[in-house]
Amino acid sequence: MGLLDYFRSSHSKGSASVAKERLQILVAHDRRERGCPSYLPQLQREILAVIRKYVDVDMSAVSVNYEQEDSHEVLELNIVLPDTAQNRL
Amino acid sequence: MARIIVITSGKGGVGKTTTSAALAMGLAQRGRRTAVIDFDVGLRNLDLIMGCERRVVFDFVNVINEEANLNQALIRDKRCDHLYVLPASQTRDKEALTKEGVGRVLDELAQTFDFIVCDSPAGIEHGATMAMYFADDAVVVTNPEVSSVRDSDRMLGILSSKSRRAEANEEPIREYLLLTRYDPQRVDSGEMLSVDDVQEILSLHLLGIVPESKAVLTSSNAGIPVILDRESDAGQAYADMVSRYLGEEVPHRFLHAEKKGFLSRLFRG
Repeated sequence: MGLLDYFRSSHSKGSASVAKERLQILVAHDRRERGCPSYLPQLQREILAVIRKYVDVDMSAVSVNYEQEDSHEVLELNIVLPDTAQNRL
Repeated sequence: MARIIVITSGKGGVGKTTTSAALAMGLAQRGRRTAVIDFDVGLRNLDLIMGCERRVVFDFVNVINEEANLNQALIRDKRCDHLYVLPASQTRDKEALTKEGVGRVLDELAQTFDFIVCDSPAGIEHGATMAMYFADDAVVVTNPEVSSVRDSDRMLGILSSKSRRAEANEEPIREYLLLTRYDPQRVDSGEMLSVDDVQEILSLHLLGIVPESKAVLTSSNAGIPVILDRESDAGQAYADMVSRYLGEEVPHRFLHAEKKGFLSRLFRG
């Protein structure tokens, strides 16, 4: 470490803190997916297909959340319908 | 009853084979009868690191297929009486490692050995899942680097769901972290994830920290497990690791760079 770096190092945090932040987000996301039952993506696709038979919703309109607590599992479906009635097929 | 230890990581090149060779040699040096198995079918390397590549006659797949018996395939280490190597085959297809076949070989080894070290291939494919399936303990080898830490976390998920112990609802595999290629100087300057950073994410029992070391390449060049180089930092770190695995309390070393004098810091170190 040279003289300039010696003073500079007190200012910059270094890239390790960036690495740690990115990892924390990534790993949290990985773990959420890992805990989910394997049928979840298929379930999401099928529910969306059924809804789209009646309402013209966006592909991202259905969100499926799965949570596991000690004694029970919660499957939460969230469907965003369009505002206006004109969107009905 | 033998204890089966898998050395795993997900990511390649982090030091699984180096660690397998060091752990197996370290356990054998302490009088434990130890077998180390190369699960990397098609890309065998453990025999090279152990320095017994020219003595391979039969391999793991030959034993599974009953083309050779275990005693014909096991290579006794010339430096340590208690250590035997079971090499991987080089050409067969990976599906040769059947769950039934691997289980049978491990059962047979368990009758004569105290420890069976399974050197897993990289990835999460068949060979890697076979290496971990029967494990009692897992050493997750990780570099202080984003992709390695992430892969290690994924391996932990697989260990806790797709192992024999998980399927049989037994006590889960004991998981240990070994941080390798650690550069204390870069950690001190904030350029590399520290052991605390990694532990904040993985939170495992820390088996050791192996510093980035020239001795690792020098040893592998010569086919000598680095743990036999007692002068080297990596050799000492691996010796500490073996002690900790066997339940001794050994303080962690190589966490910080050696302090330099003020002058040498001014005029580059």
